[in-house]
Amino acid sequence: MTAQQDIKADTWTVAGRTFTSRLIVGTGKYKSFEDNAAAVAASGAEIVTVAVRRVNIADPKQPMLTDFIDPKIITYLPNTAGCFTGEEAIRTLRLAREAGGWTLVKLEVLGEAKTLYPDMVETLRATEILAKEGFEPMVYCADDPIAARRLEDMGAVAIMPLGAPIGSGLGLQNLVTIRLIVEGAKVPVLVDAGVGTASDAAEAMELGCDGVLMNTAIAEAKDPVLMARAMKAAVEAGRMAYLAGRMQKRLYADPSSPLAGII
Amino acid sequence: MFNDAQQSLEIRVNGEQRRVRHGLSIAQMLGELGLDPLRVAVERNLEVVPRASLAEVPVEDGDTYEVVHFVGGG
Repeated sequence: MTAQQDIKADTWTVAGRTFTSRLIVGTGKYKSFEDNAAAVAASGAEIVTVAVRRVNIADPKQPMLTDFIDPKIITYLPNTAGCFTGEEAIRTLRLAREAGGWTLVKLEVLGEAKTLYPDMVETLRATEILAKEGFEPMVYCADDPIAARRLEDMGAVAIMPLGAPIGSGLGLQNLVTIRLIVEGAKVPVLVDAGVGTASDAAEAMELGCDGVLMNTAIAEAKDPVLMARAMKAAVEAGRMAYLAGRMQKRLYADPSSPLAGII
Repeated sequence: MFNDAQQSLEIRVNGEQRRVRHGLSIAQMLGELGLDPLRVAVERNLEVVPRASLAEVPVEDGDTYEVVHFVGGG
């Protein structure tokens, strides 16, 4: 089998749905719907996260996201961004399920505005309730391997630890704990939040993550479409490097040219 | 807009007070607000109303509605 065929066959599956792209992109912070749609297309993403918000009844004919990114082609993953309690998150996702008919959702229950760190007690509680109601929650969580296991027990269909605070672009600050979560998980693991540039995405994939979710790194790049292409390439490169199996690190040099036959 | 105040109901939609005609279904009420019932999700008095029953459930005086849709988010 050629490398190309290998990569083509390299899909991942979450809650029974199979995807080729391992890059999930957010749809927030774009200057226009057109820019957003162009970046999504360039990223190759098959899943986008979306928020659930009040319709502006003062101006009901405003253009909508669905006019620009077709939910029949791109899977919408409704999120609970901005929710600080399990109840708020569950209420939001019940509405999301009605708006789109989707049970695959992204749960995030935030602990505080400054760090947007997840409140894991509320997150675990909400995961359990959502799973019992028939939702398939992909869960934004702390980089805690034990909490990740608990989430899986509660019915999380994907574990999505942060690599750094949401929107910070600091890159993965927690390579060891992400790796431990990957090793312990039976469901897909995606780094959600913290990616700032392409090498961060590649690094997540090299650790063995099933995918990467990002928004700000693309939306706030000077050229979002070019950054979306870079992220697509980085996720693919990181995945291939992971599959290829990297060389062992050595403390000292090891010549690449033969020592025999030196003149 | 409504001649007979007796025939209009006071409701709250997305935090705003609105008066609507008596005898409307939720789907008709959304239509009067200029919204497509197929593109939104509706919560009535904190209970999600399934899309399939929007045309059947009548709007009642004092109802509180949240009407939401998908917007860009991370």
